[in-house]
Amino acid sequence: MMDSHASMTNLPDSAEGQAHTPHAEEEHAHPDWSIYWKVALILTLITVGEVWAFYVPSFAASRGFVPTLLFLSGLKFTIVVMFYMHLKYDHRLFRVLFTGPLLVASITLIGLLFLFGHLHIKIM
Amino acid sequence: MPASVAHTSAPTSHHYTTLGLDSRKVAIWAFIGSECMLFVSLISTYLIYKGRSIVGPFPHETWTDPATGHVFKPILNIPVTSASTFVLLMSSLFMVLALAAVQNKEKPKHTRGERVLGNSKLWLWMTASAGATFLGFQAFEFTSFVHEGLSIRTNLFGSSFFTLTGFHGAHVTAGVIWLVTLLAIDYRRGLGSKDSLLVDIAALYWHFVDVIWIVIFTLVYLIK
Repeated sequence: MMDSHASMTNLPDSAEGQAHTPHAEEEHAHPDWSIYWKVALILTLITVGEVWAFYVPSFAASRGFVPTLLFLSGLKFTIVVMFYMHLKYDHRLFRVLFTGPLLVASITLIGLLFLFGHLHIKIM
Repeated sequence: MPASVAHTSAPTSHHYTTLGLDSRKVAIWAFIGSECMLFVSLISTYLIYKGRSIVGPFPHETWTDPATGHVFKPILNIPVTSASTFVLLMSSLFMVLALAAVQNKEKPKHTRGERVLGNSKLWLWMTASAGATFLGFQAFEFTSFVHEGLSIRTNLFGSSFFTLTGFHGAHVTAGVIWLVTLLAIDYRRGLGSKDSLLVDIAALYWHFVDVIWIVIFTLVYLIK
């Protein structure tokens, strides 16, 4: 699918020259409208699902409520980063620059929640 | 074809890293990485203080002031915030369309649909307008909270909530100003495919602001 999109990219001549570096081969052309509107639709549907879950008392009171919302939120986050921020198509270095700090920050967040008693580990 | 390389103009006018990537794009990703750490620290603070306020109003629970007997309803307005979340999500769609329009500016457009999709001014306007609408929702929310008795000094929830969402709002404001600047350039001399990296960098910042709101919406508004 990406090959068909590649032909749609309008490259300046100088950029065409850059395209032949070995590292540049790791990258692919960005998607187009046909992908973007589907992504927007999926994001909207997930958001509707989240809000719907919030307003269903039996589900909001269940043990599955928080994990479901966290999963859906993580899914939306990943979709935007991969398709709208083009991390799926861009150079690997950008992925490292984004996920590295995000990983450190997430581990710090989880550590802080344990320290301040919001998360518990049952020992014995 | 390489996407990030494709967004650059003449190599003589730009700096490239040894990987053949434009250093400005590497810089914006490094900046976004550092911004992730900033927002996670603010989110951590909010989560640590969550449920530890001694006095109300509270986000999801009713509270009666023992001194006055005044009953405070749950403060968060989920329908309004859901609408503002939808607006911000759509702004990300408009932003990728603006970028695609600039990248394909020199391509011939035969149909009406192609001309609409290739109109970078339209999509930049739409994105900036959606961002401004989101800020309007946030101003409405902040004002109504203050009228209902919740300010940044009221309790731990108020302090951490206004700090977190206020920082996000400041980032959206910066994004709207950035978009208006791009729009001014587009009206003045026209944005072409040679400028696509400029729009790409602004788009990355804008989408980052969107993904941060995705997390805030779930953690602050929906999880009780």
